[in-house]
Amino acid sequence: MKLLDLRNISVSFGGVNALEDVSLNLNQGEILGLIGPNGAGKTTMLRVITGVVQSNKGEIDLEGQMINNLPIHARVRKGLGFAQQLVRPFQEMTLVENVALASGIEQTRHPWRSMFRVERSEALRESLKWLAMVGIEDAADSLPNAVPLGYLKRMEVARVLALRPRMLLLDEPLAGLNQAEAAAFADILVKLNRQGQTILLIEHNLAEVRRISSRLVVLDNGRKLAEGNPESVLKQSSVLEAYVGKGNVHVEN
Amino acid sequence: MGYEISLLTVMGISIIGSLSLNLITGFCGQVSLGHAAFVGIGAYTASLLTKADTSFFIALLAGTLLAGTFGVMVGLASLRVRHDFLAITTMGVNFVFLGVVRQQEWLGGELGVSSIPDTGLGKLGFLALVLGSVILVALLSLQIRRSWMGYVFEAISEDEDTARMLGLDVSRYKLIAFALGTALAGLSGGLYAHHVRFIFPDSFAFVESITLLAMVVIGGNGSIIGVIIASALLSVLPQWFQFIGDYKLLLYGSLLFIVMRFSPGGLSGLTQSLFPKSKNSFALKENQ
Repeated sequence: MKLLDLRNISVSFGGVNALEDVSLNLNQGEILGLIGPNGAGKTTMLRVITGVVQSNKGEIDLEGQMINNLPIHARVRKGLGFAQQLVRPFQEMTLVENVALASGIEQTRHPWRSMFRVERSEALRESLKWLAMVGIEDAADSLPNAVPLGYLKRMEVARVLALRPRMLLLDEPLAGLNQAEAAAFADILVKLNRQGQTILLIEHNLAEVRRISSRLVVLDNGRKLAEGNPESVLKQSSVLEAYVGKGNVHVEN
Repeated sequence: MGYEISLLTVMGISIIGSLSLNLITGFCGQVSLGHAAFVGIGAYTASLLTKADTSFFIALLAGTLLAGTFGVMVGLASLRVRHDFLAITTMGVNFVFLGVVRQQEWLGGELGVSSIPDTGLGKLGFLALVLGSVILVALLSLQIRRSWMGYVFEAISEDEDTARMLGLDVSRYKLIAFALGTALAGLSGGLYAHHVRFIFPDSFAFVESITLLAMVVIGGNGSIIGVIIASALLSVLPQWFQFIGDYKLLLYGSLLFIVMRFSPGGLSGLTQSLFPKSKNSFALKENQ
């Protein structure tokens, strides 16, 4: 079942086409890997979905509802959970407080009414569970500048999960992690997916993407190059060419 | 006795003014360099109304509401600007206010508004009204800070892009901060006008905006008690020492600079670093 359906998305920045007529969809319950070389348009695609970038053409359909014109926060409230590539924790809040701001999303829906809502302990308790889910509950009371990057990356995922999103949109969650950390992080994503979480993942770590994705979409130069199950997509010569350049493919094979 | 009452009244009015700016700049992180304009809107509105025989309390309320309305308009126009640009924009608002008031005959022009009617409350009664308002504004500040609204303000003040990604309607929260902060500035203006009973454009000049900002920054951006203490001190110093009045801009400007450079947390930050208190540990409490 299609959860998110992107139709004919085009984006240009000052005459340069970042995305040209790209269509893709995200199905309920899958892990979709969005891959491609640098500059392929992956991050732009994610920004179009969240509303940070407006597409020049195309439609974004969330279960039959067009969300093209909704502002970022409204899309988030409709179930789009976006984790940024560079983790940006609120530095003056502890990790659990960072997450609690997200898990209390119902408390902040109506700005005026939020003035009369004081109780935070339930949101904090729930946030501890999310921190435990990603394995960093021991650092709940630490400030962000006191924990390693791997912890912050997990906190970012916990914070997005706390919004109870219908889909997780992750921009290079494994970047900056060592091999063991990356594998452990990828396992967390698999665990979440088994619990029913739909995930769209941009990732450069092909080994992990191939291992955990149920489907791949390859972008190159703003166009969709290939789509399908990981094994067959990664064997296509056009995909290999996009990654390693023409003429080098035999080396890769 | 009359002098002490007057001193306390001035203090109270300053505290309301700086706490109102604290809502915008301290809580929500939106630096405003034009807050005196909203104090002025409240002062002019209330005094012109009482001069036209409106009852004092209705005039005070009208000044509060009109200042808040202008505040929302400025807030709407400022939604797309941040940080330094917001500071410059709000500074411009202060100059626009002065420019308009100076040119308008019906607002008294350069001469301002004089013989503003007595409130009929008596000096002590008026002081009680001012102190009552201080308490209400302080309680409102406390309530905001401990509520989810304060939590969101904290997030916006640190990183509004991330706040949006967490589903927070950043624009509306900012507008609320502007609405509340400027309305309360209008309240302090109405009270001020009926305390001194004579206002003119320079009462709300740019230096007054800087004075309010100095009170907030020196007290400790966002700290309620710190801002109260700083504005109590800074508002009476010029009354005690005449020369401070003459060098106000120089003195408050230097204070602002010194605090920003050496103790960015202001008085409240200084106290906390001298007497650190442990942060409530949530996870530890849970595990016990």
